[in-house]
Amino acid sequence: MRLTADEEAMLDGKEGRAVQRAMELLVQYGDALGAERLVDTNNVCGANVFSPAPGLPKFESHDQIFSQMSLDSDETFEIPHVKAYSCQLIGRMDARHWRLQGIAQETHDLIAESESYNAAHGIQLMNTCTPYQVGNVPVKGEHCAWMESSAVVYINSVLGARTNVEGRESTAAAMLTGKIPYWGYHLDAQRVGTHYVDVQFPVQDFMDWGILGYYVGKMVGDKVPVLDHVDSTPNLSQLKHFGAAASTSGGVELYHIPGITAEARTVEEAFQGHPVQARFSFGQQERLQVYEELNSTARDSQVDLVMLGCPHANIQQIWEICNLLEGKKVHSNTDLWIFTPHPIRELADRNGYTKILEDAGAVLMSDTCPAIGRFLPKGTKVIATDSAKQVHYLPAIMKVQGWFGSTKDCVHAAITGRWAGGIS
Amino acid sequence: MNSVILHGRPIVGGYAEGEALVTSQEISGWGGVEAASGTIIESRHELRGESFKGKVLVFPGAKGSSGWSGIFHTARLAGAAPKAMLFNTMTSKAALGAIVTRVPAITDFDQDPLAVIHTGDWLKIDGDRGVVEVIKRGDLSHSRV
Repeated sequence: MRLTADEEAMLDGKEGRAVQRAMELLVQYGDALGAERLVDTNNVCGANVFSPAPGLPKFESHDQIFSQMSLDSDETFEIPHVKAYSCQLIGRMDARHWRLQGIAQETHDLIAESESYNAAHGIQLMNTCTPYQVGNVPVKGEHCAWMESSAVVYINSVLGARTNVEGRESTAAAMLTGKIPYWGYHLDAQRVGTHYVDVQFPVQDFMDWGILGYYVGKMVGDKVPVLDHVDSTPNLSQLKHFGAAASTSGGVELYHIPGITAEARTVEEAFQGHPVQARFSFGQQERLQVYEELNSTARDSQVDLVMLGCPHANIQQIWEICNLLEGKKVHSNTDLWIFTPHPIRELADRNGYTKILEDAGAVLMSDTCPAIGRFLPKGTKVIATDSAKQVHYLPAIMKVQGWFGSTKDCVHAAITGRWAGGIS
Repeated sequence: MNSVILHGRPIVGGYAEGEALVTSQEISGWGGVEAASGTIIESRHELRGESFKGKVLVFPGAKGSSGWSGIFHTARLAGAAPKAMLFNTMTSKAALGAIVTRVPAITDFDQDPLAVIHTGDWLKIDGDRGVVEVIKRGDLSHSRV
């Protein structure tokens, strides 16, 4: 890779050992990718808050944790303040409901300490998989270095920002240096559409956007799909669900919906004269098949947990759930947990929604989710969710059955304790 | 004894030998692998229940969550890392994951490793030069004498 003078200086240790190590890692990573150079970034989202996990050794200091886990170094450095605007993504613990999660006091204290350490180093504690819902909204063309596949696909596609799916170590290195390899979706040529999807079924609600995303991801893997004939304008929640599903079943990091997403007004503009690698369509048959597939781990109709808010719910979704629950109670054998970023929970507190949910027997949680935090109510065998991503991961991670359906069917299951969802 | 030689682009240097664990399906790191034991846990994955600990992992590429590198990083610290990684498709997840796993890793081969290598074959990997020697399972007892 060709390095600029400031990059050479960092590599030579002019800004200290931690920055030097970060630059070494970026050079090794860039060479592995085949990148020709690095690019400046001043918008980084990563995951450096520590929580104990099976297989990890005991650490003696937070500097040691950052050095080993975030910079892949056996040597412990004194970690300086971050250079780039940096945000912490979703983690393991809800600051308000950690006891309900089953987290021990000692673990709570360690995670809280790690959060303080990160904040003191200049990392914003957004603690969500959706920074773009709480103020980090990159502009078109902005070079970013983000983790969290569902957030990457959202900012690349809907907003036209530029990032690859980064990892813990590459984002930490970007935080300290303000650099990331100029490769993949940072380059114009990689942002051209590759696959054509004829959307024949009129996709209109939240569930169908998730089903379409899961289908598209399966069909294109990590390529760039272009969706034609989308005849209604999706909202933020629907595109959030679509992208999360497509990045889960495949590895979609960028898609185009001409006329709706940032970079293409027409199908022609999306492909820019490049050949279409494959064409396929999404109709009622594909829709029903994906619904069956997403429900393939479920057998028992008694539901122990209904989980909503993957990716984290926004205030519109919380308001809609409150409306569905109004005047009703969650069944005594079932829990209803809704996940949102903590600034949105504060808004829900202020709006009175948190109280409406609590009065109905539901819990509004933040900062985490059952798949990331690996927690469920004791004895849970069957979950239901309106998220294609969560129903893909949670049964594998937590060894439970998972029902997938509409938000309305999920809330109904929370009230009755039984799954009666369906698709027509 | 017949052995096959593959040439590719080195990602992480070093030398390793070991038994191949081959999958035709992409690997999901976070949510697809239990780091402490190196076991594949993804529902409906053909390697579900198998561990790559101490094996040479031969796979088409990385998919899924951005926690890919973090899981392989943790697997290394837990002593559950593979001995080497050979894969076809370069992605940011696979590149970073291979680097933090700190085992020899090679990509961009002159022949498809998924077609040439089978689970149980013995592999000698030179990560500095990007060369893999494949000793077929049938020849194992002979070649290891």
